[in-house]
Amino acid sequence: MRGERADVAEPIPETPLLVLKGVSKRFGGLRAVSDLDLTVGRGELRCLIGPNGAGKSTVFKLIVGFERPTTGAITFDGAEIDAWPTWRRARQGLSIKMQIPGVYPELTVEDNMRVAAQHHVRGEQMEEAIERLLARVGLSGTGHMLTKNLSHGEQQWLEIGMALSVNPKLLLLDEPTAGMGPGETEATGQLIASLNADGVTILVIEHDMALVRQIARTVTVLHLGRIFAEGTIAEIEVNPAVTDIYLGKT
Amino acid sequence: MRRGAALLRAENVAFVVFLAFMLVYPLTTDEFSILNTAYFMAITLMALSLAMIWGKAGILSFGQTAFFGIGGYLYGIYTLNVLGAGATWVGILVGVLAGALTAAVLGYFMFYGGVNDVFVGLTTLALTLVLQTFMAQTAGPEWTVGEARLNGYNGMYTPQISVGDIPLFGRPLYFLYLGILVGVYLLLRWLAGTRWGYGLLALQENRPRTETFGYNVRLMQVQVFALAGGVAALSGVLYASWGSYIDPSSMGLTAAITPVIYVAIGGRRSLTAAMISSMVLLKLSQSLASEAPQYALVIFGVLALLAVLFVPEGFVVAIFNALDRWIFRRPSAGERVAPSEVAADARRAG
Repeated sequence: MRGERADVAEPIPETPLLVLKGVSKRFGGLRAVSDLDLTVGRGELRCLIGPNGAGKSTVFKLIVGFERPTTGAITFDGAEIDAWPTWRRARQGLSIKMQIPGVYPELTVEDNMRVAAQHHVRGEQMEEAIERLLARVGLSGTGHMLTKNLSHGEQQWLEIGMALSVNPKLLLLDEPTAGMGPGETEATGQLIASLNADGVTILVIEHDMALVRQIARTVTVLHLGRIFAEGTIAEIEVNPAVTDIYLGKT
Repeated sequence: MRRGAALLRAENVAFVVFLAFMLVYPLTTDEFSILNTAYFMAITLMALSLAMIWGKAGILSFGQTAFFGIGGYLYGIYTLNVLGAGATWVGILVGVLAGALTAAVLGYFMFYGGVNDVFVGLTTLALTLVLQTFMAQTAGPEWTVGEARLNGYNGMYTPQISVGDIPLFGRPLYFLYLGILVGVYLLLRWLAGTRWGYGLLALQENRPRTETFGYNVRLMQVQVFALAGGVAALSGVLYASWGSYIDPSSMGLTAAITPVIYVAIGGRRSLTAAMISSMVLLKLSQSLASEAPQYALVIFGVLALLAVLFVPEGFVVAIFNALDRWIFRRPSAGERVAPSEVAADARRAG
């Protein structure tokens, strides 16, 4: 895991981990993302916020390769990845937890983890890795259960565990607490913060401002497919223009 | 996964019992029944190919009969043109490769072209029907490939698998077919348990998600489609060799749907269930054909409907599951054994 990598004191390159430069995405007449410049440094924990339709999820889809940009370029870990298929980006360390739980409901929890980890964990280390990750996301003892029998919150945690199992350089979390109660949300916030403390770079889309306050160091506000504002959570919360776009005034 | 303990499962026990029965059976019965069972084994390979592509990869194909026909015809064309010792064995390889290659080409255009789900079923059904229609109009003398006359609905007469100049017959043929059936079954089961097999299991539930874990989903779809095409072609080869004959009806609508029914009734997610179900239903089908031929397809249709409505996992798989619970005492995958522990862990998350 990332923590173990830090122990061997690898030099941390100065280049940013992710760079989106002039990225646009059109769907017919709709411009979902418009000339977007976004840079994510190594070790960052950044939240992407913005009203519905701001283009947040489209940005994630562009990063993982579900969609190709109409214009612009995406660089990840020093490589231009625009032409890469999703699977190749994944093998380079891009990992995502989707907005709608992307678990496999008909497989057991353990098999979900196994499917996720297979390209990144060697066979003899698999069981230990699965147990460790399940414990980390609070799902110890659920390995044999069918995933569809987990609660919604548990499925969200499982998916975070699956996303972690690929040893990600960059972890994208799209509304990781959607549908969770306050207790589950807080626990998820603690999990995200602890992952980042272990060195995982994390980009989070989130609507729940309590969670954003809990975890974010940097907040980027998207509006109409562009970066509208950027800063600390304190700066963003007192920015009247941001309040206006949430209230539909802009 | 605790694979060692997992070996004692109803499915594995059923396979051992099935194998023991198949080994002893030819010592206890007459020549006709032995050859008849060899025919069942040839056709059951097609059911295995369907269980692999449909049950393990979620791709419902009506094209297995097309690959069956391609295998059978190519075996015939090769063995009618190339004589000599060993020609029939090379013919088997030619038939299998022809089926696998056709499936690979079709699969490439389908899966890289974004064709998935029900549209794969429609495309493969169209292939089957086009091939049948084409082969049906090859009755004229102009339709020959070297020495091989395709012969339309009159069918093509093909050589039997031979050792030297002596065609295999009776028990040797039976045990050859049994060896091939069991070999293919074990190969497919092994593949289903590899990293590739787990990937197939995942992509049938959610293709985009599986790609985000580093799986080259489209390539895997083409690979499994070609593999299943090769197995279906092997089925066609063994069928053509067994009866020294193949005709276009082996690629008709009924022929395309029958293996789907066998696999659905047995349980598509289990290769063992599909194999046993196919063998039993073929026997039943043959009995009905002599007793009440008009009802055979109706009965299978009703059984398939009952399976879809009430036992979607398949009758044989349902029996396996019941035996696992009651005799082998394995916990059901659906049970929540320790919800309190789960909740406690959840509170400690992070």
